[in-house]
Amino acid sequence: MLTRLVPHPLLTLLIAVVWVLLNNDVSIAQAVIGLVLGLLIPKATSAYWPGRPRMRAPLVVIEYLLIVLWDIVVSNVQVAYLILFRRGDRLRTRYISVPLVLTTPEAITVLAGTITMTPGTVTADVSADGCALLVHCLETDDPEATIARIKTRYEQRLKRIFE
Amino acid sequence: MPFLSEVLIASLILIGAFFLFVGSLGLAKLPDLMRRLHGPTKATTLGIGSMLVASMLYFLLVGGHFSVHELLITIFLFLTAPVSAHMIAKAHILRSRRERSALPVTGGKVGWATLDENGS
Amino acid sequence: MIATACTIALGVIGVAQLMNLYRLAVGPDVTDRVLALDTMVINAIALIVLVGILYGTTMYFEAALLFAMVGFVTTVAFCKYLLRGNVIE
Repeated sequence: MLTRLVPHPLLTLLIAVVWVLLNNDVSIAQAVIGLVLGLLIPKATSAYWPGRPRMRAPLVVIEYLLIVLWDIVVSNVQVAYLILFRRGDRLRTRYISVPLVLTTPEAITVLAGTITMTPGTVTADVSADGCALLVHCLETDDPEATIARIKTRYEQRLKRIFE
Repeated sequence: MPFLSEVLIASLILIGAFFLFVGSLGLAKLPDLMRRLHGPTKATTLGIGSMLVASMLYFLLVGGHFSVHELLITIFLFLTAPVSAHMIAKAHILRSRRERSALPVTGGKVGWATLDENGS
Repeated sequence: MIATACTIALGVIGVAQLMNLYRLAVGPDVTDRVLALDTMVINAIALIVLVGILYGTTMYFEAALLFAMVGFVTTVAFCKYLLRGNVIE
């Protein structure tokens, strides 16, 4: 009964919060309208959302966000240095293929986004069966170390969060 | 307004402008598309984030009211930048024959999704 | 001091927009132009935010928010068109 009324509790909460932020006005009236929208919209569109991603460890999310924010700042200083002081054609760029342990689509999406935002790497493609990511490195000496860093720093934490 | 917060806001604005400049410089200077992609996705996104935080602090410390629209724009841009980069990279891989021959193997039975017959 | 910082930043971002325009004009491929347009949209948001700080008004943030959303949708729709030959299947 409750799952039919609220098919996606996190989505409901997200819609309510975004509504309040869009109105720039934290009051009970706006929160109520947001909650009503948050109940109606997932119900009307629930046919398009068959799966229900689960979060196992909500506290790891905060740790993960802080690590990613820190890495974004560090990666930007590195990329700025490379762009400003290196000749473009001297950069040792290459593609690497990162095999995945993760299986849920949500976790792979978050990992791909994280790789794009962090040091010198952009996710270019995913293999058709979802078992590997194609990653482009701006400057790398040691592809194995980059893969190991992605796996230990991000993938293991995502595995704890989503699977 | 206290001197210290003024320094903070001004430096955040200048840092943001610097990173936006670096992103566009990377776009104009680097020799091929996959390298160019690194500038706009990382530097530009951090630059706009820093500028929006400066704006939020400015209206909090000067106007005295807390404006969350900037926070919303920042979160939106940080969520969408990887998606647009991914789409552009996929389009580039599909269009460029030279790029396709440089790709490594997937390590599985099937190829990359952009080039696979059944993938999207 | 903040007004000075804003003016400097407006000049710097203007130069950045010129470099984006160069990439938009030179190409060489259509994906480069899509990337240049995407970057131009983000720089335009920065210009809007700076003008908002300079004039001391929060009026412009709706415009910046809409710019962010429309820019993202434009980029994705364009890439989808390049990938599949149509946008809505």
